[in-house]
This record gives sequence, structure tokens and C-alpha cells, in this order.
Amino acid sequence: MTAPTLQPVIVGAGPAGIRAAQTLVAHGVRPVVIDEAARGGGQIYRRPPAHFARSAQTLYGTEAARATALHSTFDSLSAHIDYQPNSLVWNAQGGVLDVLHGPTQTTRTVPYQQLIVASGATDRVLPVPGWTLPGVYTLGGAQVALKFQGCTIGSNVVLMGTGPLLYLVAYQYAKAGTKVAAVLDTARFADQLAALPGMLTQPAVLGKGLYYVAWLRAQGVAVHTGARPVRVEGSIEGDMRVNAVVWSDGNTEHTVPCDAVGFGYALRSETQLADLLGCRFAWAPMHRSHLPERESAGRTSVAGVYLAGDGAGIMGADAAEWAGERAALALLDDHGVKVDAERAAELERKLTHLMPFRQGLERAFPFPTDWAAHAPDALVVCRCENITAGELRACARDAGADEMNRLKALTRVGMGRCQGRMCGVAAAEILAQATGKPIDQVGRLRGQAPIKPIPIHLQAQAEAAE
Amino acid sequence: MGTTSMTVNTALLHRVAEKDRAPVPFMLDGEPATALEGDTVLTAILTHRAQLRRNEFSHEPRAGFCLMGACQDCWVQTATGERLRSCATFIQAGMQLTTGAPA
Repeated sequence: MTAPTLQPVIVGAGPAGIRAAQTLVAHGVRPVVIDEAARGGGQIYRRPPAHFARSAQTLYGTEAARATALHSTFDSLSAHIDYQPNSLVWNAQGGVLDVLHGPTQTTRTVPYQQLIVASGATDRVLPVPGWTLPGVYTLGGAQVALKFQGCTIGSNVVLMGTGPLLYLVAYQYAKAGTKVAAVLDTARFADQLAALPGMLTQPAVLGKGLYYVAWLRAQGVAVHTGARPVRVEGSIEGDMRVNAVVWSDGNTEHTVPCDAVGFGYALRSETQLADLLGCRFAWAPMHRSHLPERESAGRTSVAGVYLAGDGAGIMGADAAEWAGERAALALLDDHGVKVDAERAAELERKLTHLMPFRQGLERAFPFPTDWAAHAPDALVVCRCENITAGELRACARDAGADEMNRLKALTRVGMGRCQGRMCGVAAAEILAQATGKPIDQVGRLRGQAPIKPIPIHLQAQAEAAE
Repeated sequence: MGTTSMTVNTALLHRVAEKDRAPVPFMLDGEPATALEGDTVLTAILTHRAQLRRNEFSHEPRAGFCLMGACQDCWVQTATGERLRSCATFIQAGMQLTTGAPA
């Protein structure tokens, strides 16, 4: 029953990519699955190397059953997909992907007729003075160290920022026997109360979140809401590394000694591939970012290109599984393969029903919109090239830059190796503050190939072959 | 190390689990060191050191940031000049890695 024109490629083997692959296979289609990691699972259900010994319960806690189900689904697909791990898609256009194989440092092209992009997300970062010191990591990074390597980022750790991950990482670190010196949440307790009605639509998920907070408090961990990170301090003798966090409760500054910091403000979507593919973007207020447009089934403005999971708006792992399956059904349906319309409708219902909870999360852990106003001129915004908030403000003021790509051209912000993944959100906030424009009016950094650094001779080689 | 402070070249990362793995010998800033099978290059270095490299612009030490291949802060140089993204590369016996840390 395989339609001859179907040559689908899935980018990403997290919850969305795996369910998309499973769905295509169930309809007799053999997809290519390209993933940057060595093993499938994505970030949330990231799997340690094969010979590691901890149980799924230890690694994934309350999510162990979901993680195990997803992993075993992916393992069962191995004979039915063309799985390409350790592979970075660094360019995408006109039916061809450029793919770098990490271990061999070789690049190749992979043709596609249909594409499901499930590129996932990374931490949303708002810099704080001292954030480039060794020992400061994203919350996601702190979690990867523990889950993927059996290591903690320090022995006395401050976790700060906001979002569900803040409490989850604090819980996981404390459970692993690490001292959590403080949890500093920029959200106010009043925000969390106001969010309760929306969050009660998913009582089980809400219950887990409340459990982590209650457990942390019962263990004597200092949990402060309404806390604004002021700076991370480092030692000046010996190794330069973290030794304290200073935070403000609005009136008074407090110093917490520590040897590591994990921080982040929820997540941001990895949208570069959708951008290179020409997908239309729109401002998404709830996500406070420009995102590739997708309709309820995952179709984009570009025929044959589908989006699923957190890469097109942060909705979480459960939604990613449903969206991956839904996008695969849309792909099949668009190319004449008969699909179960009832199942497709059910998936869309599930995704819709998640919205009140998702909006509740945004109320409970709101983006700190006053961040830019508190960012000192000396703050390093771009950690790749050491560009400060003051330089960005001066560029807006003196050169009249009022749009992100203009700011990038003049200051190089977003032009470093991370391509704006770490600094882009912050730079836009600074630009909006400096120009007095609303945040949705300062534009977005355009994606550029290679979307992550590749050896220069390989890029030249690939361009010569075109 | 000699007369400098005790805190020089201390580990940044702490192993709290999965310690029962085969040792992997490698060279770190010209000295023999041991990692465990399944360590990333980042883990192998930061369980001995508090930095991976120096930033080209500030010349200050860096030790990675996102640990998931996005921030590009963890590139490490080998003794032969090859560059590795250390959070996404597994340690192999005999690797010769440099960090720019004070010896």
C-alpha cells in the first residue's frame, strides 16, 4: 500500500519524531530518521550510553513508564526505518538536506519528498552577570549531566529562573544526594495561585509539580518565589569558578554561597530548519516569540513540510507525542494513504484540551518582562563573542538599529557560534527596551546555514557540489 | 601547580552515579588522566578540571553551558589542533586534550 512518491524524512528522534516514525511505519512507509544524538529519546527522555546501569525509575522518575514506552517503540522500529543517529542536519532546501555525521566528520546529502521537522527545544536563557563563569549551566544542562553522565554540576547548587524544570531539576539533584543551596523562582507565589484554575484541568501533572515543591520544602531546601537573580560571583584566586549567587527579594539583596548554578526561564523552540525551509512565521504571544506557523495537524505554509513537538512552540512531551503522530497522519493523508480520521480527530482534541493547562503554566511561571530594565550595561549578552547589553543599547541609540537583523549586522550579536540560541531572546528584550518598541515589533534573527558549526572545508565541499 | 591556590585544577563535575564503568586512559594538558567508558569529553575533562577552554574574546575560562549541543561553548582542542564539541563526543583511549588551564 506504499505510495510510490512517499520518501519522508523525520528530523529529530524525541517524543514527536519517534511517534511520527511509528505512525508512518504502521502505514507501510519506511522513513529516514535523522537525529543528532547517539540514541533516540530526545532531550526529555534522553538515554544514557548503553552500558549505564541506573533503572528507568531512577532516571525518569514519574515519567519512567512514558520514557520506557517511547524507547521500546523506537527500538522496535529499527528494522523498518532508515535510522541515522549522530547526524546533524545543517542545511535544508529544495528537497535536499545537508547532514554532518559527527563521529566521522563527513557530510552527505539526504533527499526528501516530505519532511517532518521535530527539532525540539533548548532552555530559554536570560543572562545574569557572571553567567559565563565555569560552573554555571542551563537547567537542562544540569539535568543532562545527571541523567546522561551520572554527574552533578556541583556539590552545593543554586537553581534559579522559572518554569517547571526549575523544580524538577531541584528535586532530581536533591534526590541524588546533592545539596541544593536555594531554589530562586522569579515567579511570585501570587502568579502560581492565579494559575491554579487553568492547571487544574491536568490535575495529575499539577499534582507532580506541587509534590516536588512540597518535597523540597520538607527536606529543608530554601525555596524563594519573587526572587530576582542579581549576579553570580566567582572566585578570583585559583580556578575562576562560581562561589556565590546574589539575589534580590525586591527590597534586600541576599548572598547564597554555592559552587554551581543552574538557571533557565522555561524553553525556546529550535526553529532554524523551518526558517531555512521557507516556512512562514508569526508572532506567538503565549510563547513570546516568532514561531513557524502550523495548523492543527502540523502542516506548515510549505507543501510537504510538517512540524511537530516543541520545535514549533513549547507544549511539552505528551503533546509532542500526539503532534508527531498527527503530523504523520497528515503527511499520509496528503499523499493519498488512507488514515483513521477518528484517531486524527482524537489527537487534535487532546492537543486542544491541553491549552488551558499550558496557559496556566505561563501564568504560574511568567516570563520576567522587567528583565531588560534590570540588565546592567556591563552584562555580557552574547557569550560567544562577549557583546554587552551596553553595546546593544548604544547601537540602538547611535546607529538607529531597531530590528534584530540590523542589530546583528552592526554588533555581531547572534552571529557567533551559537547563532543566537543563547543570546537571541535576551538581545530582542534589550532592543525592545532600548527602542521603546513592543517586543513583537523588533523582528527575529533569520536562520542561516550551517545552523550549527561544521568544519569549514566540509561546507566549502558541499557548496562546490551544488 | 606548585605555589598557586589549592583550588586550581579541581573538578567541576561530581560523579554521583554510574561509577562502576571501565577506565579509559587519556592525556589532559600533557598529563595522564583517567575517564570512564561512556563519558563525554566534557565529563572526562570536568571531573578533573574546572575549565574546557578559554573564550577567544574575553580570554576567560569556559566550561560549557547547555550540554545539549546548542550553545557551542564546549569546543575543546586536541594536542594536534583538532576541535571537538565536547558535550557530544565520547572519550576514547589515548585522546590528547588541552584546556588552556594554568599548569
